[in-house]
Amino acid sequence: MNIEETILEAIRTAETAIPFDVFEHIKIAYENETNPVSKSQLNSILDNVKYAKDKKLPICQDTGTQTFFLDIGFDFPYKKEIVNAITMSVAKATNLYYIRPNAVDPFSGKNPGNNVGRFIPYINWFLRDGNDAIIYVLPKGGGSENASALGMLKPGEGIKGIKKFVVEQVIKAGANPCPPTIIGLGIGGGSDLSMILAKRALLRPLGQRHEEKRVADLELELLDLLNKTEVGTMGWGGKTSVLDVHIEYAYRHPASLPVGLVVQCWADRRAIIKIDSNGNVEVKQ
Amino acid sequence: MIYKFKIPDDLDKIENLKMGDVLFITGKVFTARDEAHQLMLELYEKNEKLPFDPSKMVMYHCGPVVKREGNEWKVLAAGPTTSSRMDLFEKDVINAYGIRIIVGKGGMGDNTAEGLKKVKGIYATYTGGAGALAAKSFHKVENVYFLEELGSPEAIWIFDAIDFGPLIVSIDPQGNNWNKISRDEMEKRKKEIFKIIDQS
Repeated sequence: MNIEETILEAIRTAETAIPFDVFEHIKIAYENETNPVSKSQLNSILDNVKYAKDKKLPICQDTGTQTFFLDIGFDFPYKKEIVNAITMSVAKATNLYYIRPNAVDPFSGKNPGNNVGRFIPYINWFLRDGNDAIIYVLPKGGGSENASALGMLKPGEGIKGIKKFVVEQVIKAGANPCPPTIIGLGIGGGSDLSMILAKRALLRPLGQRHEEKRVADLELELLDLLNKTEVGTMGWGGKTSVLDVHIEYAYRHPASLPVGLVVQCWADRRAIIKIDSNGNVEVKQ
Repeated sequence: MIYKFKIPDDLDKIENLKMGDVLFITGKVFTARDEAHQLMLELYEKNEKLPFDPSKMVMYHCGPVVKREGNEWKVLAAGPTTSSRMDLFEKDVINAYGIRIIVGKGGMGDNTAEGLKKVKGIYATYTGGAGALAAKSFHKVENVYFLEELGSPEAIWIFDAIDFGPLIVSIDPQGNNWNKISRDEMEKRKKEIFKIIDQS
């Protein structure tokens, strides 16, 4: 197993080709759109996606903050190797021009030029039973990340309060996060947990509903409400403002109703690496 | 209306553009993000000259992916970055350098619209995220400034563009601003959506 090469390949795949589910959703948005400006924007988006894949170019020049979600079995043997390999492959990907140098010291403003710095690339661990590992590669763009929000609602505001908060934030973000977007929500937990659940919610393929019906129903209701905002593609109005809404949840404190909201741009770039206990690897999207 | 302009030759035609017009540009484009804006203002205050003339070019909110190939640079991806971040500086930068065409994404505020009205300039948007496609129209990197100081995304890159577009006029020289108009409309829709939520 050459884990470094595998991660490098996964980064390149994520940056140059969007997953099939995303492509299909954008295509449907294009077919349904009647607003001529938004339709022209969706046309450019589809042309861009095909061209980038064909030429192996970055879909977007903002190749994002390199973010890795690790679902690791307690008995998986290569934990340390993976962490080292992630850092090495991110630096190498920068060197090979697969990704733009996007990590900056917040105090000096200096860019080391290799996407490696304090806590970056970002690795989020989730430990579970088993001896295998799944690595989710999620390059996260800055424009959409800037539309993130945390709502510490009053429990009395309830689910209606959550719906209003989400509508409010999507309207406030307007064209900035490159709509049509994907909305990840984390409901419950505390401030930190709701935000990380919101980002993890983005890992689910578009069109796939939450396993619990009550959550799945809220996802669909919010999708419908958000598309009534008519933000449209790149803010030019029209039928599709949001491609999908994904919700994850945790139990909350009796006094708190946290809602984490993370916005993903239409260029919802992802890749998945599966590694078994023998070191066999597979990259997919 | 759809227009094809050569810059700087067709700069005089800019003042006739209307919000919603579509534009393709051939000519010189320089990139400027947050840091470049700050630097341009600092230099202006110190009475120091820029090594190029911004008034003869298109200013593009963009931090490209560029590749060094021998003695040349190649543009791999160069879509727009979120323009609203530049609202902080834009009016002053327009005043200082007489910039008349700004390209970005996401829309800009009233302050920028005011600045553009004075110079009879426009702000137009290119499709956000369409980085590979945009790079296709930048066939040559003419120069790069402040690369060492600012790093590659924030540096000022001078591109030679052929038919860069479609760019959609979002702020026109009369001060019409789609960002403002659409946001007012969305606020109205928000009230309607809240009503639906209250009744659910």
